[in-house]
Amino acid sequence: MRPFQYDRARTLTDAAQIMQGEDAMAIAGGTNLLDLMKLQVETPRELADINRVGLGEIADTDDGGLRIGALATNTATAVHPRVRADYPVLSRAILAGATQQLRNKATTGGNLCQRTRCFYFMNIDQPCNKREPGSGCGALDGIAKLHAVLGASGECIATYPGDMAVALSALDASVEINGSDGTERTVPVRDFHCLPGDTPWRDNVLEPGEIITAVTLPAPVGGTQLYRKVRERSSYAFALVSIAAIVEMEDGVFTRADLAFGGLAHKPWHDPRIAQALVGNAPSAELFDRAADILLEDAQGHGENDFKIPLARRTLHAVLEQASEDAA
Amino acid sequence: MAETISINGTAHPIPEDPRITLLDFLRHDLRLTGTKKGCDHGQCGACTVIVNGMRINSCLTLAAMHEGDEVTTIEGLGTPDAPSPMQRAFLENDGYQCGYCTPGQICSATAMLGEIANGWPSDASETLDGDIEATGDEIRERMSGNLCRCGAYANIVAAIRDVAAEESA
Repeated sequence: MRPFQYDRARTLTDAAQIMQGEDAMAIAGGTNLLDLMKLQVETPRELADINRVGLGEIADTDDGGLRIGALATNTATAVHPRVRADYPVLSRAILAGATQQLRNKATTGGNLCQRTRCFYFMNIDQPCNKREPGSGCGALDGIAKLHAVLGASGECIATYPGDMAVALSALDASVEINGSDGTERTVPVRDFHCLPGDTPWRDNVLEPGEIITAVTLPAPVGGTQLYRKVRERSSYAFALVSIAAIVEMEDGVFTRADLAFGGLAHKPWHDPRIAQALVGNAPSAELFDRAADILLEDAQGHGENDFKIPLARRTLHAVLEQASEDAA
Repeated sequence: MAETISINGTAHPIPEDPRITLLDFLRHDLRLTGTKKGCDHGQCGACTVIVNGMRINSCLTLAAMHEGDEVTTIEGLGTPDAPSPMQRAFLENDGYQCGYCTPGQICSATAMLGEIANGWPSDASETLDGDIEATGDEIRERMSGNLCRCGAYANIVAAIRDVAAEESA
């Protein structure tokens, strides 16, 4: 690791102050950041340790929702009684990711901020526009098995690897953010992560100095909730394709179909047209194909990852079939 | 008062260089070499220790981040003369070949049985709120953060099942 200044923040105000420093970064669980610092992919000059600032609480909100503090660990969130009962897709998504050791350390805010990344980003001897703007994208003509088929650009085809955020996207959660000048703002999680475009170094909308303070879930909608993750190993592997689904049916037709997709793009993928196509219709193979046509209308493979396009279609079929059977 | 970190019940001052990981602090500074460095990137689990009751990868955390925390390493679980139940079960079941991953496996498995006792579900659990048994599937999923390059998995699972059966008896 490159040398850095380490400061332990006791309050959010402390943290905000430290974060004003040049090349300052917040560290919480550290499971992604320290990994990248060891590889010299991340080289902050200053680290604000925010573990002691008291943002670990998970509490009910006035409207019946749930506010998950930015420092609540992935484990604390996944096993929380209300998450298990009211937002099971979130428990399932978290439990499908990483390992118990990592989930015990990883936090809600940190998990959202984990870098969208690929092998080329992780290796400082390789070109990567995300790590080193203008150096090129090694994956475009290289190893691209895990890479994006939706929303990519000629600059970057990496995928966002997290599972939690895919469930949060299906649940339409919000991200609470504090600025280093004390201002607060809230961003829908669906708008929190960015597509690469011509600024692939930008993974999310956080401005320098900003810190996530919480994620808020709306009042529970019930329904059948499931998270299907297709991967090369049955545990501790990133998704090739994953789907978070919240489905309700009435009189044989879909009345709700909130879906979000992982493993396909630089961010958790959510397309409101899919719910519009499904709601009001009875489940059928033709309907599921129509939903997949919408999802994949602009899909583009890069050779090695071409398989993700039919895999996403089949996974969507399987999820909608199972969810509609469970919800009926 | 100096900032300290408790390792197996003894307070130690936090190292000055913030780059020192908890793993390097244990092995290099304190010479507690039971905890192993495998990949140093959170992939293999050889460095697993228990911090405030939770198992974590000691390679992916800085010692400086653990002011006031209680760390238990393999040396804190038991001794050759008085091994912990999990240590004894690994011996009895031959739950290793070269032994390099073993301290991490044992720390991980010890904390893992606590997670099952708490009723915390895993990706392998049928439901999120049911009783959890330490079945082979549950153990394999919950131990997926601990790799064994010798492939002693069958005996590792057997050792863990033995302890789980003793504890629930």
